[in-house]
Amino acid sequence: MATPEVIREAVRSFDLAVDSVRELNQALHRDLDGGRVVVRNPGGGHAVAVGLDAPFEVEIEGHVGYYCAGMNKLATVRVRGNCGVGVAENMMSGVVVVEGSASQSAGASARGGLLVIHGDASARCGISLKGADIVVRGSIGHMGAFMAQKGALVVCGDAGESLGDSLYEARLYVRGSVAGLGADCVEKEMRREHAEQVRELLARAEVDDVDASEFRRYGSARRLYNFHVDNLGSY
Amino acid sequence: MCGIAGLYTKSATLHEHLGRHLAAMLEQLSDRGPDSAGVAFYRDPAPAGWCKVSLHSPSAAADWEALRVELEVEFGEVAPPRVRATHAVFSIATEAEAAEAWLFERHPELTLMSAGCSIEIYKEAGLPERFVERFALREIAGSHALGHTRMATESRVTTEHSHPFSTGLDLCLVHNGSLSNHNRLRRLLAREGIRFQTDNDSEVAAGYLTWRLREGASLEQALEGCLEDLDGFYTFAIGTADGFAVLRDPIACKPAVMAETDEWVAMASEYRAIAVLPGAEDAVSWEPAPGQVYSWGTASLVA
Repeated sequence: MATPEVIREAVRSFDLAVDSVRELNQALHRDLDGGRVVVRNPGGGHAVAVGLDAPFEVEIEGHVGYYCAGMNKLATVRVRGNCGVGVAENMMSGVVVVEGSASQSAGASARGGLLVIHGDASARCGISLKGADIVVRGSIGHMGAFMAQKGALVVCGDAGESLGDSLYEARLYVRGSVAGLGADCVEKEMRREHAEQVRELLARAEVDDVDASEFRRYGSARRLYNFHVDNLGSY
Repeated sequence: MCGIAGLYTKSATLHEHLGRHLAAMLEQLSDRGPDSAGVAFYRDPAPAGWCKVSLHSPSAAADWEALRVELEVEFGEVAPPRVRATHAVFSIATEAEAAEAWLFERHPELTLMSAGCSIEIYKEAGLPERFVERFALREIAGSHALGHTRMATESRVTTEHSHPFSTGLDLCLVHNGSLSNHNRLRRLLAREGIRFQTDNDSEVAAGYLTWRLREGASLEQALEGCLEDLDGFYTFAIGTADGFAVLRDPIACKPAVMAETDEWVAMASEYRAIAVLPGAEDAVSWEPAPGQVYSWGTASLVA
């Protein structure tokens, strides 16, 4: 457990070679209500900085395991390393930045906020996305945005097989090649409002070496589910 | 869920500590597989004309010295057995096939865990942490090693059903996942003369590789064959006398992470099992792509 002396400092710091993940997360849930927190020696540990519900700025110095920053609300979590399965899964709001690469199911079911991955993301990135936005500076693996319902996935590199399989109303933007589209996913016209959305997301993700005009848009053909235009406001 | 680990050294300076590092990896993967644990070490190659076998006895009072005398009568020279918990490794002055055939016939009560030139396999039901202590894993030196922690889904929890599985000389496999066409494949491979000791699905994958290699495929070709012929989920790590390979199924259902430094190449189910290795913080690490064979060393040299 971090000592009260440490908590009073401007930057709170945890060393996961000494402190347990539970001690870190309990401090973030109970003892603190925001501010800058540095986490050292994460050692690939699971569930680092999950369930945050305050405007923290958490910096994690190294690689983490599964579900890092899951269920994040309000906080900004930056990982200076790679992430295991399910980074920012079920995120509600806030920002999660991965400076390295992310494993499978990055941003799964996330409802709000922004997930930025500077490296690559592997399979099932943005699976069942429910309203969050994801920007990947590199490429994504197969089954990206599987059954994604709402939100945007911006991929600056390439996308693997079966992109957007069984897609609902999420918007997918890919700059590079797409190995294959999943069931009911089609390429759609890139109109001005779409380029504007990509430009805005790239700016928020602080990706400044990529031009929004180079992206192509993919979305649902709406043949697999009971979409009706009169219900558009519900999505 | 299971945990798998592999560690392949690129520099001899690591050989002496191989057991210590693999033990640390297994302990990290204990939560993924508390039912049983096992390892394969490649070390101390037998001299030309000799072979090495790893044997397991279910009896606590196994008389390994008596077995040595019997082997000596049959084959001439036999080095004193190196006993580790319930296992013993014998070096015998004969071809591995001859030793295997004799052991299967004369000592069906023993399980032949491995045979070949340099492979040694140790495995046991029970908690991985306890296995590490009981088999004094940290003392074992070698050039490369595989490890497994098992959470059983497809067959019983026994020492024989634990990983690694070896069905051919110096070849072994650890598996995270489950195969659905293993019964049909086992029957087919049995007709081709591959010997199986359990009803476990992963043993069939090992047998499949043995068969393909026997038919002239390189390890890489045999692994590519898995993508066609195995139905199910898998991340495999495979060891040969001086090679190491990794393969994930095309859907990448089961996790895997790899890392490489100038000193070693490692794979594990989770990064935390790599984080315990020396220099891990500066290693290049990546997630192996689905359906792609990764291999190091001489991948095709199985005897």
